[in-house]
Order: sequence, then C-alpha cells, then structure tokens
Amino acid sequence: MSHSQKPLLEVIGIDKAFGRQPVLKNCSLTLRRGETLVLIGPSGSGKSTLLRCVNLLSPADSGDVFFGRQNISRGEVPPHQLRQRIGMVFQNYELFSHLTAAENIMLAPMTVLGLNRTEARKQAENLLAKVRLNDRGDHFPDELSGGQQQRVAIARALAMKPELMLYDEPTSALDPEMIREVLDVMAELSAEGMTSMVVTHEMGFARRAANQILFMEEGEILENASASDFFSGQVSERARRFLDQILH
Amino acid sequence: MSLALMWQYVISPAFLQGAWMTLLITVSALLCGVVMGLILALLQEAPFRAGRVVAFIYLWLFRGTPVLFQIIFVYNVLPGFGISLPAFTCAVLALSLNEGAYMAEILRSGLQAVKSGQRTAGMALGMTPVQIMRKIVLPQAARIVLPPMGNQMISMLKSSALVSVIAVQELLLIANQTASASFRYFEALCAAGIYYLLLTSIFMLFQAWLERSLDPKQRRRRWQRTASAGVTQSGSQREIS
Repeated sequence: MSHSQKPLLEVIGIDKAFGRQPVLKNCSLTLRRGETLVLIGPSGSGKSTLLRCVNLLSPADSGDVFFGRQNISRGEVPPHQLRQRIGMVFQNYELFSHLTAAENIMLAPMTVLGLNRTEARKQAENLLAKVRLNDRGDHFPDELSGGQQQRVAIARALAMKPELMLYDEPTSALDPEMIREVLDVMAELSAEGMTSMVVTHEMGFARRAANQILFMEEGEILENASASDFFSGQVSERARRFLDQILH
Repeated sequence: MSLALMWQYVISPAFLQGAWMTLLITVSALLCGVVMGLILALLQEAPFRAGRVVAFIYLWLFRGTPVLFQIIFVYNVLPGFGISLPAFTCAVLALSLNEGAYMAEILRSGLQAVKSGQRTAGMALGMTPVQIMRKIVLPQAARIVLPPMGNQMISMLKSSALVSVIAVQELLLIANQTASASFRYFEALCAAGIYYLLLTSIFMLFQAWLERSLDPKQRRRRWQRTASAGVTQSGSQREIS
C-alpha cells in the first residue's frame, strides 16, 4: 500500500456523552491526505465535538481514532504531542492578547519546537505574508479587525507545520465583509494540499474547496458524500431541507 | 518644636535601623503572603472538596479577626505549645498568614480573568500545562492583579507598625521609645512619619514602573525606539564608509 493511499485520519464508530446527554453516536469518517472535509449541520448537532475528538481536546468515550498509523484514542500518544501535528482555528480567534501578531505566531515554535527568536520571526513574517498581513506583525490583537485576527490565528496554527488543520466555525463571529478574506486564505491552503476539516455554514466555501461533505444531526452522521455528488443534488431529503434553510 | 532635632532623629542609626526593620518585615511578609495566597487560590479552584473547605475556613478565620489579634495570638500562644520563635519571626508569620487571605482573592480573580479559551488555544498548539501557565496565563494575569497588589503593598507597610506591640524594634517602636525618653513626641513621631512617607512613595514608584514594564504596548514602543535608533546609527555608518 502506498503512503498516499493510507488515510491521514480515520474515525471509527466513536461515541461521546456529556453527562447523560449523548452528543456523538457511532460516528465514522475517513480523510485522505490533501483532502478537505466540510462538516455541516444544525447547531448542537455535535460538529464541534467531533472536531475536538480529533485533537483530543474532548476525547471520545469509545471507538477508535487513527491519525496516520497511530491509534490516538487509546492513550498511546501524549495529547500535547499529537496536537503539535494538528492545527486548530477557533470561532473567537483566541489570539493571545498580551502578544503582537508576530509573537502570537512565534510562541509555540519557540516554546514547543525550540526555534530561536530570529528563526521564529522569519517564519512568522513568511506566514503573515501568506495570509496577506505583511505589515501587521507588530500590531496587537485588539488593533486588528476580526478578519485580520482570524488570519493571524490561521498563521499561528500553520507555524507548527501541522499535517491537519481543524477549523471550528472560523467565520461565524465575523462581519459579512470580512468572511471572504478568511475563506480565501482557507481555500488557498486547501488548494495547496493542506488536509483540512472544516465546521462551517459557508456553502460557497464547501463548493470551492471541499472534497467530501458530512451532514450531522443530533450526534449522528446522516450523510457522507463526495462534494460532486452532494452538489449535484444526490442527497437525502433531510439534508436538502437543511440546505434550503441555510441558503434561505 | 525643633526641626533640627527632628532631622537629627531622621539620620540617627536607631531610626535608620527601625526603618530598615519596617521594610524587612513588610517585604518578607508580602513575599510569604503571595506564596500563601497562591496556594489558597489554587485550593479554592481545586477539583476536590477538601481543598475548597480548607481554603474557606482559612479565609473565614484570617479575614474575620483583627490583624493585631493575630499578631498577639501568634506571639503569646505558640510558646504554650512549645514553639518559641523570635519576635521578628512571629511578626512576619502573623502578617503573612493574614496577607495570604487577601492575596488569595486577588490572585484568584486574576487567574479567572484569563479566559479559558486562551488556555484551550495553547493546548491546541501542543503546549504543556506548565508552558501554558508560564507563557499565556501568568503574563496576562500579572497585569490584572498588579493594581490591587500595589494597594496591598502599601497597606502592609502600614500594618507593620502593629508589630510594635510584640517589641519588634521597627520604626514606630523606635519613635515611641525615643519620645518617651526625651518627651519630644512631635520630633520623634515626625521623624518616623517621614520614613513612612518615604517608603510608601518608593513603593508607589515601584508599582508605576512595574505597571509600565508589564504593559505590552509600552514594551513595543521601547523596542521600536531602539530599532529606529539602530537604523539611524547604521545609516550614519554607511555614510562614513
């Protein structure tokens, strides 16, 4: 079996409950290297929880999650080591407010990977250029717009050279005119072959960048379709109704 | 009333010694108080019930009784249990235990003010809990707790006068002893007052300096200034060559 055929991420039958409330029921998915998966579904359907099972911010109760060749749901890998290989972007950006944009990007490479300041600064400047914020390195988060902050957050995650990027509703907190600039950066990364898993309601992005689309409701994956099948209308009645709702 | 005598008192070795003792008690009690407060703050957040109960009882005891009472209690009751400590140690012990109760509240509010999302972001980057604490939580909490900590510093300096009741040779006791020997109350007490004002002023300057140096935007302004100075320097060097 060649390297590229082995999926980067394989989730097999995971369950999770918060107290007595089940939030994930027997969820499975496969994500190959270089592909982009978009997760859609009504709020409270377990999309974010599924995302957080992948980097163990909220581990599954049962089932298996394989990342590369390792089974990460069995405590074989220390969570912080796994997370060094998986980038994550949050709805509320969560930039470190006491650090400048460049320092936000430099922090993890310096403390975790041991890069020196000069190397880290150089890398930060390259990444800022990549997210089209060349001249904003010395700005603090509260001096940047929401869209700019989210792009810094993407650069911060990329600084660890992740094999997989997780986006948890990255544009939900943004004003409409800023959504585009963030989605453009994400679509560009996907096009360059960054394996990505995206929770979003932006169907335009899904059409542009997704290879695979998952529809979730009440903790279950109801639909797992290739993007081409999905957008040619080969979807279940329930998924179609949801799409009608979010597309108005 | 004689200003010359007052000045003489100010520069006398006894008063200098007393001021030094006051400063020593204040700084030691503050440092121990911060450590005590940090332990209590963590106990209050502890996932096990026993920790929270211990912290609650501690706060209830030490905020519910006068500091003066606590000082006298430590000094007079501990020897009954076979623990004889020098007066200075008793003073620092009592003041630190009391300070811990107040510091706990300040530190806890500082740690809580750093939103949990910031910690999660650190975790998602693969940082360990210790790295997250050092690089993300503490720098942000420090800025929040600094102003109330400054108040505690100054109020501790003033509380240190209370330990004169257990015969620690600090500023107030020296002033009182000098005055009762010479009946020059005005001069002796003014000399002590001058030292207190001097010490509180130093504390206030220290606090202002600390607040400035912890403000990230001030930090940026400073290195931008050095960077631009560097640029002009290299520019003029280029002209020379």
